Parts: sequence; structure tokens; C-alpha cells
Amino acid sequence: MSIVLRNVHRAFGRNQVLRGLDLEVLDGETLSIIGFSGAGKSVVLKHMVGLIRPDSGDVVVDGQNVSELDVEDLNELRRDIGYVFQFAALFDSMNIAENVAMGLRRMPEMYDDEIMARVSECLALVDLEGTENQYPSELSGGMVKRAGLARAIATRPTYLLYDEPTTGLDPVTVTVIDRLIVRMKEELGVTGVVVTHDITSAYRISDRIAMLHDGRIRTSGTVDEIKESNDLLLRSFIEGRPELTERAS
Amino acid sequence: MNGSVLTLVEYVGHWSISSVRSLGKAGYLTTGALRALRNVEIWGPRLVPQMVSVGVASVPIALFIAVFTGIVLALQASYTLTGAVPIYLVGTMVGKSMILELGPVLTGLSLAGRVGASTAAEVGTMRVTEQIDALETLAYDPLAYLVVPRVLAGVLMFPVVIVLASAMGILTGWSASLTLLEMSSAEFVRGLRLFFLPFDIQFAVIKSLSFGLIVTGVGSFYGFHAKGGAGGVGMATTRAVVVASMLILVLDAFWAVILL
Repeated sequence: MSIVLRNVHRAFGRNQVLRGLDLEVLDGETLSIIGFSGAGKSVVLKHMVGLIRPDSGDVVVDGQNVSELDVEDLNELRRDIGYVFQFAALFDSMNIAENVAMGLRRMPEMYDDEIMARVSECLALVDLEGTENQYPSELSGGMVKRAGLARAIATRPTYLLYDEPTTGLDPVTVTVIDRLIVRMKEELGVTGVVVTHDITSAYRISDRIAMLHDGRIRTSGTVDEIKESNDLLLRSFIEGRPELTERAS
Repeated sequence: MNGSVLTLVEYVGHWSISSVRSLGKAGYLTTGALRALRNVEIWGPRLVPQMVSVGVASVPIALFIAVFTGIVLALQASYTLTGAVPIYLVGTMVGKSMILELGPVLTGLSLAGRVGASTAAEVGTMRVTEQIDALETLAYDPLAYLVVPRVLAGVLMFPVVIVLASAMGILTGWSASLTLLEMSSAEFVRGLRLFFLPFDIQFAVIKSLSFGLIVTGVGSFYGFHAKGGAGGVGMATTRAVVVASMLILVLDAFWAVILL
């Protein structure tokens, strides 16, 4: 099973963000979507989980067209998708254990003791043991991101969507998060989609990288293919050289 | 001249479009919240905490306002009526005014500030920090989780708080009459009972229910549609309080026309 976006268009007011986007995420791979600020990377990710519906085009996850699902079926599908938000979006009125347990409480087959066992297991997986009773405001930026990841993996999803997982973190914490993303793929076998500005991070975690520009995928390929690409716009992004952006356009 | 006419037309046009859009959003939120009522497993566990937050926590401020309102009512009634009509009518004025008007409206307005602002701020903060999106990705209906328990708590608890406040206002009006106006308890109670109708209580409760619905509904609406960061939440909070206060006064007149 995989994620497929076909000819997706989406505008916000007069701002046409996606203009016929085609993208396929293969089963078991980690795909990073890179692109300039405002290119619409997070918009693509939100389409995959049904937070945004396309104006036209298809978003197919696990063989189901997301925009055609009713609320019950969409919620059923969402149990199979973990979403790691840019700023974690932890519920600040709840402690970390309650945050991680939120998705599990929507699974009627799970009892309290099983839920708490799963919470401990997920927190251990992201190296946050002992933080169960702490509140999000008591954790550092990196810990909050990891707690967000623990919440996303708690329901043992098939897909993990990461929205800027390393933004605003120091280089060491970035490496820690990158290793966790790789670990999620290797230990849990999840299919991952990562939206990121951080090209170094994208090289470390990705099987493939796709660049979003002007509402479409401009280029995509394996890490080696991207490194060797002669596309001026891609090079300008990777090397941080605005003069190449001007030449490319 | 032409320029100012154009500007005026543009302003009216923008205002009309924005009003229709807001009404559409309000209708969408209302139908969504009604549909969310079936998700009892989501809103049920959150109802009692919300009743405590909306109702129990509002009792002190409501009683504080009622204490002074009752005293002032008794003194003003005595000032207005002395020499013209029997003094026991002070009891009538305090009772009728507290039950029919001042208890519900003053308490409603104060709760529009306390409950409306906190509802808009909490829900708005959750909106701008993507916590509402997070709820959706975790398979929760955000209307069932955030809006339904708040609105139900408002509808259930506003009448309780308002009845308590009205009773407190009458008690302090009574005390003021005894201590400051040299009236006897018998005189005050006689006036209080003179024109009392059980319907007065029903009238107050009906108004209170509608105030609870409006304050929590408007707070949820503005919070749910908050945009941007702290500024957006601040704007949502301000609008929630202003609009809820205005609607309370409109509803006050509406119920008077319909029921009295």
C-alpha cells in the first residue's frame, strides 16, 4: 500500500498553492519533500491525512480516496497514520502520558492497563522514559518533538507524516531526531513522508527526495540522484545560493 | 465626493460579504455540533469538568455582583417610593427586578466576560497551535471534544448560577432594608410575595438557558475560527465578549417581548 497524489489542485483565496501535483510514496520508504518557504509542503502533508481537501484531484492513501471518505471511514484511516506536527501540537492541559494515550483512547479494544503499557513503550522508544507526569511546558524543544513523535507512533501506524521535525533545534538534537526517524522505519517498518528545509537531515533519513516548486514536484530521486542533479533551482536550494534561483527562473 | 461614495459602497460590500460568510460558518459549526452530540464517548467524560469550570468557578463573581446589586436596589426603591406608596413595595421591587432582569442580565454579562473570554482564548489557542488539527489526526471530532461539552455546560450551569445570584441579591436587599431602611422582615417579605408568580422563575431560567447557549457558543465560534498567533487569539477573545454581550441584551428584549 502507498500514498498517491494525482493532479491535485488547491488554492487559498487567490493564492493557488498546488497546481496539478503528482506524487507517489512507495510502501516502506521514507520520502522527504523539500522546497522553499511557502511552497506548500505542509499543505501536501495535510492533504494526506484529510486535514485539507483538494479543490480537484485525488489523494489516495492505502487504496482509499481521502477526499471521498465519510467521517467514520476517515477516522478509521487516520488510526493508521501518525502525524508529527512542526511544533508538536501537544495538548498543553495534559501531561505527556495523557498526550501519548490520546489516540489509544479512541481504540475501544484497548483497556487502561494496555494503554499505559503502550505509552511507556512509546516513550522508551523515543528515549523519554520518566516524563509521563510532566507537562509539555516543562520539556525542552527537542523533548517536546520526541513526545510528539511518541504520540504519533502510539497507535502503531503504517504511515508517519513529519512536518518540519527538526526546525528550530540545535544540531545535536537534529541528529537525535533524524536517528529516531530512521529507527521508526527500521524497527516499526513505517512508510514515512518528511517535510523539511534541512537538506542535511533529508540526506540522512531519506530513501527518496522530492522538490516541490510552483505547486508541482519539480524533481525527485534517490539521495545520490539529488546530490548529482544539475537542476539550477535544486542546486540553489541545496547550496543556499539565491543567484542560482534567479538564473533558474 | 465620488471617491468617498465608492469607499462607502466598498465598505458596505465587504461588511455584507463578511457577515454572510460568518453566518455560514456559524451555521456550519452549529450543524456540526448537533451532529457531534452522538459522539457521547468523546464529550461525555469532559462534561463534568466543563460544568465545574463554567458554573462552579463562576459562582463567586456572580454572587459578588449580586450582593451589591441587591443593596443598591433596595436603597433606590426606598428613595423612589418613600411618601408615594407603602414602603413594603421595596420588597416587591427588589424581588421582581432581581428575578426578572438584573439577576439574569448582570450575571449573564459578567459570565460573557469570564466564560466567553476563556472559551474563545482556550479554543483559539488550540486552533493556532495546531492542537485542533492534532485532535483530528487522532480521530477525534473537535466539535465533540471542544464545543459540545462547553455549550452543554453553559446551558446547564448558567441557570444554576443565575438563580443563586438572584437569591443572593434578594437576601442582601432584604438585609439592607432591615439595617438601613428601618423596615421589618414582615414588611419586606410581604412586598416580596405580593406580586410574585412562579412564572417569574421560569422566565429567568429560560433567559439563563439562552444566555448560556449564546456565551459558550459564541466563544467557541470565535475560538474555532481564530487565525494567526497571539494577536488572532486576542481578537477572537475580544469579539467573543463583545458579540456575546450584545446578543445577551438582544435576547433579553426578545424574551420580554415574547413571554411577558
